[in-house]
Amino acid sequence: MPTLLTTPVSEAAVRALKVGEAVEITGTLYTGRDAVHKYLAKGGALPPGLDLRGALIYHCGPVVIKDEAGRWKVVAAGPTTSAREEPYQGDIIRRFGVRGVIGKGGMGARTLAACQEAGAVYLHAVGGAAQVLAEHIKTVRGVYFLEEFGSPEAIWEFEVERFPAVVTMDAHGHSLHEQVFAASQAELARRL
Amino acid sequence: MTALRDSLLELIRRTSAEIPDDVQAAILAALEREARGTIAAEAMQIIQRNIELARRKSQPICQDTGSVLFYVDTPVGADQLAFAEAARQAVREATRRGYLRQNSVDALTGKNDGTNLGPGAPTFHFHQHPEPETRVRLILKGGGCENVGAQYSLPDERLGADRDLKGCRRAILDAVLQAQGKGCGPGVLGVCIGGDRATGYEHSKVQLLRRLDDRNPVPELDALEQDILNTANELGIGPMGFGGKTTLLGVKIGTLNRVPASYFVSVSYMCWAYRRQGVALDPEGRITRWLY
Repeated sequence: MPTLLTTPVSEAAVRALKVGEAVEITGTLYTGRDAVHKYLAKGGALPPGLDLRGALIYHCGPVVIKDEAGRWKVVAAGPTTSAREEPYQGDIIRRFGVRGVIGKGGMGARTLAACQEAGAVYLHAVGGAAQVLAEHIKTVRGVYFLEEFGSPEAIWEFEVERFPAVVTMDAHGHSLHEQVFAASQAELARRL
Repeated sequence: MTALRDSLLELIRRTSAEIPDDVQAAILAALEREARGTIAAEAMQIIQRNIELARRKSQPICQDTGSVLFYVDTPVGADQLAFAEAARQAVREATRRGYLRQNSVDALTGKNDGTNLGPGAPTFHFHQHPEPETRVRLILKGGGCENVGAQYSLPDERLGADRDLKGCRRAILDAVLQAQGKGCGPGVLGVCIGGDRATGYEHSKVQLLRRLDDRNPVPELDALEQDILNTANELGIGPMGFGGKTTLLGVKIGTLNRVPASYFVSVSYMCWAYRRQGVALDPEGRITRWLY
């Protein structure tokens, strides 16, 4: 059974997670990708009213439309490749008290070190599953930087219910990506 | 012109929202293979649910609707300029309707004009054939999987890969190892042995037009395809790189003549969201049948 995570996430809850563990998230997710990460890492300030302490950042450029009543509706919202945020992620985790990031493909040594020091995790969502993941987003509670960065790059505040992901980098310095790479490299060497 | 545009619009919609039957069968087989209760099985279940949901809602399977690649066989003397214009109109309309994300930006400025039109967007590969009908095949290829493609120049000392089929095998399996789950696996490899740097990659993508359940008519290549598929699935990379039994859903290998001085092995990776469809068209541009 998946471990249930609710936001804001405590340091203790994050440190209890281990690589390979399935989780389901209920609460708030904030999207953020290239523009936001670069802006914050270069010293940019969060918009008024936004506090990322205990928060989860979702690497995602969603397709969001307005319905007939003028409400935001998420049409597709799968994860994007996280590796592009590697230069920035560690600093952002430390500076803003972020407890985790959700994306795909995993991240590198600097992010892993920041997760261990500050108490954070990397959660892997299923890449390409834009429709299933959008179904877990119940409401759009707000959007920041929509004018400045455009829709896919803005910070969207999503209310999610039982959003599925897997812990692939934990707060103990372990990375499932490193483990699977090493094991598959050894298997391949035996077959060459 | 309007009939042709509407046919191509429907081709784009269906390609974006519906997985072809041969790929669906391979995904269901992978779902069966993964041990129950593992994160690999859970990932395959989410993938299968996503396929069903996208089809039912007629919405993009993945929000990265990718590079738009048309492969067009026309009768001798057909007007390719008119075809390309109708296809551009279809892409513009498909983007407006949300079948395609606004997904094409200026290479230097990053500016997105929201139409998916521009230099190389969409991409056309025209060929004439001695038949009366036009056949159009479409691939939507996302950026995540495109980024893990690789090209090797043999011999490759690091890999110990010589200029022979054994060397090709080492190169292709290295591409699988390096890709891990980053291309949204389980994926499919299109491979070209030979050609030059441009035609090699191009021909590797043409392999992705083949049905997953076909067999290569060249015995050596057929053996290599089966060997790479089986070996890759023994490496334990698994869906999304979570570990597991299914790393690849298929391997398709073709060849092009090369100059004696060059020996390229070009590998294109297609994600599980394998968006590929095709139609045959009558002279008025109406769909007469679907190709997959």
